[in-house]
Amino acid sequence: MASLAMQRRRATAARVWKQFRSSRQGMIGLTVLTLFVLVAVAAPLLADVRELNPVFARQQGNPQWATPWDFGPLGTDYIRRSVWAQFVWGSRVSLFVGLAATVLTIFIGSVVGVVSGFVGGKLDGVLMRLTEWFLVIPFLPLAIVLASVLGRSVWNIIFVIGITSWPSTARLVRAQVLTVKQRLFVDRARSLGGGGFHIVGHHILPNVSGLILANATLAVPISILTETTLSFLGLGDPSSASWGKTLEEAFANGAMTRNAWWYFLPAGVGILVVVLAFTLLGRTLEEIANPRLGGSR
Amino acid sequence: MPQETIDNLRVSFGLDKPVATQFLYYVRETLKGDLGISYQSRQPVWSEITAKIPATLALVGLSAIFSAVIGTVMGIVAAWRRNTWKDHVITSGTMLFYSMPDFWLGMLLLVGFAVVLPWFPVGGIVDPGSTATGLERLLDQLHHIFLPALTLTLAYLGEYALITRSSLLDVMGEDYLVVARAKGLRDKIVRRRHAVPNALLPVVTLTAINFGFVLSGAIAVEAVYSWPGLGKATADAIRGPDLPMLQGLFLLFSAAVIFFNLVADISYAYLDPRVEG
Repeated sequence: MASLAMQRRRATAARVWKQFRSSRQGMIGLTVLTLFVLVAVAAPLLADVRELNPVFARQQGNPQWATPWDFGPLGTDYIRRSVWAQFVWGSRVSLFVGLAATVLTIFIGSVVGVVSGFVGGKLDGVLMRLTEWFLVIPFLPLAIVLASVLGRSVWNIIFVIGITSWPSTARLVRAQVLTVKQRLFVDRARSLGGGGFHIVGHHILPNVSGLILANATLAVPISILTETTLSFLGLGDPSSASWGKTLEEAFANGAMTRNAWWYFLPAGVGILVVVLAFTLLGRTLEEIANPRLGGSR
Repeated sequence: MPQETIDNLRVSFGLDKPVATQFLYYVRETLKGDLGISYQSRQPVWSEITAKIPATLALVGLSAIFSAVIGTVMGIVAAWRRNTWKDHVITSGTMLFYSMPDFWLGMLLLVGFAVVLPWFPVGGIVDPGSTATGLERLLDQLHHIFLPALTLTLAYLGEYALITRSSLLDVMGEDYLVVARAKGLRDKIVRRRHAVPNALLPVVTLTAINFGFVLSGAIAVEAVYSWPGLGKATADAIRGPDLPMLQGLFLLFSAAVIFFNLVADISYAYLDPRVEG
């Protein structure tokens, strides 16, 4: 039995991959993301972490506000730090926070959605009122207030994004669980004596996992953009510089009036490209998971 | 600062009480309409906030209207001319603006059109030291609002264009459009009289809901352009952190979202006869 299930799973994976490969936007997104993940993983090889320290930068004799032509490859900032080093190490923080916050978002959203949809009844009512309550609260101000109260650390930012952005996932998953629950194979499993956990684990979850994955991929851009905005507003972790933090420092220290484009362009372009790549990837996965959408959206 | 001063300040802001007591006090005073005293300005939060509402309403109102109108038109063009170059330009262009942080777009426009090409002021709502009144003052304000309003308009365009496009594509498969064409109506009439009015329903809802969120969405952009509204007040309160001010702003932003959600529901029932009121 187990080998049969494995075989089926492998066949499904092969079919999804074949569909995915035929999508140009999906392949572009995947390639770009692979590149950025490589940069983030290989950060120690690409730039010396000490370059982020202003004392070290001064000892090295780095010039201040150097253009990329005077100090390769991306110039220096107001306290002589290499912008390239900030870009490379910032990609780590931005990607990590974006992915970790999404995992938390999807986890809370999926648990609430599955429980709400599968159990139904009063519990469904209570959970959905809670979801609507979170949905109506303006997301960014709530994140700002929470982050101000909790203090400035990477983990708090991840927590804040996760706790504020799960409701839409919960609603989506619940709707899908409700339709899967009506299918004949669930009745069959139940009449054969399958318990709630068995049905959810073996019949419901496999049928909503595609949707959850697509939703997760589309949630990463929101997490990354939220982290960027929170950091820009001064709520970022002071000890680990994300791309948003770089933009905040550039803005606060007069990079705009100096037209120091090498300082504020790389981080912004990094965010833009990563967000676009995740969106392309997510839309492709969504089309595969939900073929009714077709190519119209 | 001597310890005595710190203690006095703590007592004057009620910070010496236990957190639970502080919370009950906050709830009671909020229900009475008192939002407390700002830590930074030592003025009542309520008067601080109300003084800043007009600037934000002007900025957000202008950009909400422009983005809704232009975005909807772009969405209609993209759907009606699906898979032509117009569609591709609109779809990829709006996705590009949708994928960048709004404040970064603001920073780019600021450098481009206030620093490199000094056509517009770098921030504020009027020229500092200006004593102009009447029409001259209004023109000065319009000059100042241009870049932040352009930033927000570009940032919100994408959502309207994409929603309108997919909504119109859904409608385009409907039988009544085939009937309209079979009657021999011209393409333009089919679009204007039969397709677009039906496709606009979700867009109206989106506009109303967005208006609630937009009030709080301009926080980072207002900070970039030092626009003296609720968003910049939020950004300044974070630096404190000025918690009474943040609480008050949060309350106002939430109230705005709930109010405009209600407007969306009511307008939907009014516009779509299929929804029972």
